[in-house]
Amino acid sequence: MHITLNGHPHDCGDNFTVIQLLHEAGYAGRRVAVEVNHEIVPRSQHGGYALREGDKVEIVHAIGGG
Amino acid sequence: MNIKTHDTTDTLVIAGKSYRSRLLTGTGKYKDLDETRRATLAAGAEIVTAAIRRVNLGQDPHAPNLLDALPPGEFTLLPNTAGCYNAVDAVRTCRLARELLDGHKLVKLEVLGDERTLFPDVVETLKAAEQLVADGFDVMVYTSDDPILAKKLEQIGCVAVMPLAAPIGSGLGIQNKYNLLEIIENAKVPIIVDAGVGTASDAAIAMELGCDGVLMNTAIAGAQDPVLMAHAMKLAIEAGRAAFRAGRIPRKRFASASSPIDGTIG
Repeated sequence: MHITLNGHPHDCGDNFTVIQLLHEAGYAGRRVAVEVNHEIVPRSQHGGYALREGDKVEIVHAIGGG
Repeated sequence: MNIKTHDTTDTLVIAGKSYRSRLLTGTGKYKDLDETRRATLAAGAEIVTAAIRRVNLGQDPHAPNLLDALPPGEFTLLPNTAGCYNAVDAVRTCRLARELLDGHKLVKLEVLGDERTLFPDVVETLKAAEQLVADGFDVMVYTSDDPILAKKLEQIGCVAVMPLAAPIGSGLGIQNKYNLLEIIENAKVPIIVDAGVGTASDAAIAMELGCDGVLMNTAIAGAQDPVLMAHAMKLAIEAGRAAFRAGRIPRKRFASASSPIDGTIG
């Protein structure tokens, strides 16, 4: 299944959940926030949220800034 | 003899929370996270900004990050919308920040107009501020030094208004004393100078004008010795605040002798 992850094309398994995607990327359990198609997916829903073909996913964190 | 020079009740109150420090610091442009932390501690800052960015996929997810160096339990994080050029992106960024920081409501809204000046796009800023306030955020808003606009942002419900003193990162100092004074004198929320400070005297001038605080990043992080500059800024903010509270003498064109005239010999 093709999705867009942080602005880049990304392949993942069909019906991959957000938590599976985070595991694959190494960010499970890390302090990140996830948005799918411009909507926040709360941390409590990462396990149950199944991604779909063409979804636009953003995984963000906090970095230094002014 | 105990000389009372410090009033512990003179605190900066933002969205109902009191802060002893009136120096708010950015966390960008430091050499590494260790320097970020040491400079932040030297500044005595309690409120620190952070940027919200995509994680770097492929890099080590377990590398230390900003929130390890400046834990949210120790500092009040102020996620910003730096890099946003429209209201939609700014609102999205704030919602991501709220999710990231477990429901945290305090945000720094900045919607930029162009890359050359980094001046705020005030039309988009107003739009974003309205949406964020309606969505329950406590909004500290970066804006131009326009007194009318500052008042509108206050009326929308922003918890602090943060006019620039000069362009972001320029280090030009306080270029707009009279605009800032006009904003300060008419404000019912804290006015925090955000952007333009170059060195300690600039911070002191801002505080002497009656600003409630100063937010800076480049002036500290870009100094040759950021930790020492952070310390200098802390002193300048405290000195400027004390001078403002003490009430300066009026400016006069002519001299006024410091020693009594009576009893001189000859």
